[in-house]
Amino acid sequence: MMHNSRRGRLLALAAVTTLALGVTAACGSDDKPADNGGGSAAAAEPVTIKVQTFGGGKNFGYKEAIDKWNASHKDIIIKEEHLTDQFEQVYWPQMIQWLQSGTGAGDVVGIDEGGMGLAKAHPEWWADLGEYGLKDRQANFASWKWDGGVAADGKVFALGTDIGGMSLCYRRDLFEKAGLPADRDEVSKLWPTWDDFVKVGKEFQAKVKDTKFVDGTNTLFNVVAVQEAAKSGNVTYFDKDNNLIVDKNPAVKTAYDFAAKISQEGLTAKLRNFTDEWKTGMKKSQFATLGCPAWMLGVVSGDDAAGPDFKGKWDVAAVPGGGGNWGGSWLAVPKQSKHPKEAAAVLDYLTGQEGEVSVFTYAGNMPSNSLAQQDPAVQSAKNEYFNDAPVGDIFAKSASSLQPVFLGVKHAQVKNAIESVVSAIDDGSVPYAQGWQKLVDDAVKAAG
Amino acid sequence: MSVNVDAGRSTQAPLPPRRGHARRPQGRGFLSWLDLKAAPYLLVSPYFLLFLIFGIFPLGFTLWYSLFKFDLTGTEEWTGLGNYTALLSDSAFWNAVVNTLGMFFIATVPQILLALLLANALNKRIKGQLFVRMGVLLPLVTSVVAVAVVFTQLYGRDWGFINWMLDWFGVDPIDWKAQRIPSWIAISTMIDWRWTGYNAIIFLAAMQTIPKDLYEAASIDGASRRRQFWQITVPMLRPTMIFVVLNSTIGGLTLFAEPTTFYGGNVHGGTNSQFQTVSMFIVEQGFREFDYGYASGAAWLLFLMILIGSLINFLLVRRIGGKK
Repeated sequence: MMHNSRRGRLLALAAVTTLALGVTAACGSDDKPADNGGGSAAAAEPVTIKVQTFGGGKNFGYKEAIDKWNASHKDIIIKEEHLTDQFEQVYWPQMIQWLQSGTGAGDVVGIDEGGMGLAKAHPEWWADLGEYGLKDRQANFASWKWDGGVAADGKVFALGTDIGGMSLCYRRDLFEKAGLPADRDEVSKLWPTWDDFVKVGKEFQAKVKDTKFVDGTNTLFNVVAVQEAAKSGNVTYFDKDNNLIVDKNPAVKTAYDFAAKISQEGLTAKLRNFTDEWKTGMKKSQFATLGCPAWMLGVVSGDDAAGPDFKGKWDVAAVPGGGGNWGGSWLAVPKQSKHPKEAAAVLDYLTGQEGEVSVFTYAGNMPSNSLAQQDPAVQSAKNEYFNDAPVGDIFAKSASSLQPVFLGVKHAQVKNAIESVVSAIDDGSVPYAQGWQKLVDDAVKAAG
Repeated sequence: MSVNVDAGRSTQAPLPPRRGHARRPQGRGFLSWLDLKAAPYLLVSPYFLLFLIFGIFPLGFTLWYSLFKFDLTGTEEWTGLGNYTALLSDSAFWNAVVNTLGMFFIATVPQILLALLLANALNKRIKGQLFVRMGVLLPLVTSVVAVAVVFTQLYGRDWGFINWMLDWFGVDPIDWKAQRIPSWIAISTMIDWRWTGYNAIIFLAAMQTIPKDLYEAASIDGASRRRQFWQITVPMLRPTMIFVVLNSTIGGLTLFAEPTTFYGGNVHGGTNSQFQTVSMFIVEQGFREFDYGYASGAAWLLFLMILIGSLINFLLVRRIGGKK
């Protein structure tokens, strides 16, 4: 009797469990009816392509391009998932885990230049874009940008989105307040060299008490590092055989010394770039200038950074010390994507002329696609937010001459370690005298 | 007697069972065995199975991989105790240990004292008793990250509420994230805000089980309220105290969410790792540097640290009220 009633209970339990599973499974399978107003009975459910991006402000600048696509396409819907502002510290480690474990990554993912060394070394992570006809796109790109997206085994896995031509953003209203010229050509003449820049900074701070001249050490450290890299064989932390050369490369030391100098001179607001405090700092006018690769314009004008209140108050001038190429990204399709064909189509659109022009006019990121660079809408573009600065003229004209900086397989990790130290000398947690040694030590550790 | 009976049975047992004939009694024996012997184990087994899968297995797996140089994106080679010797001479690891212990100390000592006093206050007859007691527990319901986000803003260097208040007293703004001790204090307040009420309620529950006549006898003998608290309440709370202290030790030494959120989700714990805890160090090594073996070794050292810490605290707390 007893075991009978228990068996009955077991049966009931099993039945309930099965039912529950059945119900959840049913819920899972039909949560979105396939009806997008097509009217035809056989209308297929639209494929949603998830595009994962990173970066501050307007980041990849895809908002308008995606809205436009979604308005005109019924079969493929693009959904952007902006994961974080921080590439090296948050986005890329997470992405590597997803890629390695085979689940979690989007259908199209953005990769910063710092991650491309590792991405190339892992062809097994990526779908072959050649299979979807994107090999034809080679003619659109400078050879280095194209080669960046070719994996170790020769397959094309990523196409370039943007490149990082260099400028210096400044607050014209604050410059006026300091009695400095506010016009961009005259401002550019103020600082042919970084020494001049520091001199102007001191002059500025003598007049304007509540605002520092630059944000922190990190941004200009990166700017100077890529400028100097051009003088030492286009390498920064790694040589072209992937050996760590942080301690030997004069470019890194020069950049570090400059970072230490502006901090010691008290020109920094001691804000680390891409943190919340840094973005608040823009809203509160805590600093007057910012090293600006083209994509930085989109960061500054983004709602969570300086935002609409400062429209027309920022402007773009020439950077001291000549051009440079900092940043720029690629888009790739992970092998784990269930819709690689549709993902490739989206990638083709976003890196194509139409998509890139939209990005440039919306956010300011300089297209790496040469057709987009030559597009009259880009060449003649003025950036309304930056007081109608002729950004087409500033960035597009120099785009074709930009030199790539070689970045090693572990660049992202090393960069992260180095930037922490460069910020640490600014906030005082590492004394200036110990900074360089710690930078080298931590870089060695991160590369090891 | 029983020896004889058993012996008789055991000689029979090895005989090959005759089919058909033996089935029925054997079947019944199986069912009763299932009922009496196996069922209890079956019923408690889900917990132990889960513990095996999510507790023991990862522990063993971590131990195994701590013996390798294992790069998540590349090679895997045996190093024996290499990771451990490297860790013990790694200043970054020791920095994380010091931070963890420092924050544990700053957070836990006031937290437990405060919880004790709070519980004592709540134990008195006050108006709106239930409401007040619930209120004390309320911080526990909020998410750790939400707490950390709000506190991070309060502790902002330039526009934070705390620095603004300090300014009234002529104190210069403190860069809470850049300096070591201020960052520890900031993080400790987040922990205390969340956990003091929880511990207070546990203490309160224990206080209510203390017999009233002890207090009555003490008052008749002329013991003051304060003396009653330290000489009756606290010693009687000893078992609860052990639980609370061990719980806080484990929680404090595995601290992760608050300091990570305090630095915008970055596990480096400040520009110079001023507030990087051992847990953050493990994540940084394992999932930022992708050095799995090294992170596994650090995880085992953390485990040992918690064991030692718990043991020390257990021995300390056991002495409470030990003297007559």
